[in-house]
Amino acid sequence: MIQTDREETTATVAGAWEPQVIAFCCNFCAYAAADLAGAKRMQYPVNVRIILTPCTGKIEMEHILDAFEKGIDGILVAGCLEGGCHFIEGNLRARKRTDRIREMLDEIGVGSKRLKMVNFSAAEAPAFVRHVTEIVETVRALGPNPLKKSSQKESAVEA
Amino acid sequence: MIVATPKSVTELKNTIAQHGKVLFVGCGTCVTVCLAGGEREVGIASYAVRMARKIEGKPLQLSQMTIERQCENEFIKDVAEEAAKVDAIVSFACGAGVQAMAERFPGKPVYPALNTQFLGILEEQAVWTEKCLGCGDCMLAQFGGICPVTRCAKRMLNGPCGGSTEKHCEVSADRPCAWQLIYKRLESVGQLDRLDAIMPPKDWSTAWYSGARQVVRKDHRV
Repeated sequence: MIQTDREETTATVAGAWEPQVIAFCCNFCAYAAADLAGAKRMQYPVNVRIILTPCTGKIEMEHILDAFEKGIDGILVAGCLEGGCHFIEGNLRARKRTDRIREMLDEIGVGSKRLKMVNFSAAEAPAFVRHVTEIVETVRALGPNPLKKSSQKESAVEA
Repeated sequence: MIVATPKSVTELKNTIAQHGKVLFVGCGTCVTVCLAGGEREVGIASYAVRMARKIEGKPLQLSQMTIERQCENEFIKDVAEEAAKVDAIVSFACGAGVQAMAERFPGKPVYPALNTQFLGILEEQAVWTEKCLGCGDCMLAQFGGICPVTRCAKRMLNGPCGGSTEKHCEVSADRPCAWQLIYKRLESVGQLDRLDAIMPPKDWSTAWYSGARQVVRKDHRV
């Protein structure tokens, strides 16, 4: 499932920066779609770390902001199709929250493109692969999270 | 309830640009209920400002706490210990709370994080409406519990203006005509005869217009 050592391997062995992306996946759709993608041996970027959530409506704004503060380069919030939420409107609430955070990310200077919310069903393994690939490519084009760079600067100054 | 709205991250960041150690203080009363300055909002604003400052290369040492009420010294004293460790305080309270904090900590800059709006109530999820102007001379008895002083754009006291339609105020299509509401309300409680009385011009000397007001209750003074 989640291989925690792999990011260090990709980042350090190659010596070049590789995007780190979190995908918050709803238990009832995106997580199952990711599972299906695995079962079908579909290839998707290794830069993504999947976090299982009971519903995208359970993802607090603080969870996303905390991840960005700690230096993650991009976040994908993947929920059920609109109208198909297991908890009726959890994904609609998540959409409003992500929209608000995107505005904040622009103000902060991190940039709203690093956060994306998508909706697809449990059967759509290709959609999961496509969205993950897209967010990784978007983040790759944007470069590292500016907070990651500034924390590196700070540690360099402290050293 | 006092209703307030949060200032933008940029404004907040610029306000405290000169400080390195700052305390964000939330208020657990009105502004928590109107989702503007409670513990959760303080937490989110902290993340945002801290990140923005880090990106600028001027990291901010930020601490945060939320007290029950910022407009009373009894509760503000809980902030004293944390306040002593920082350069400035940002208050997530209404204007009264910000000023109470500033009075309590004379040597410490205290900045507002919210824009205080009005006295109002929650109409529906995340929608608040102004209901009271605090004019100091309540006339709600005459108007069936609906205030024309606050809710009529022209503050008419003797019936609607010519711009009133059955549903809307002419100032805004989504605002109901206060006088239409007053008529319906008085009709429903069988007091339409109240509208026969001519209301004299309102005495505004009890309102804010001569400066900040004070209430002294001799029977409760100690």
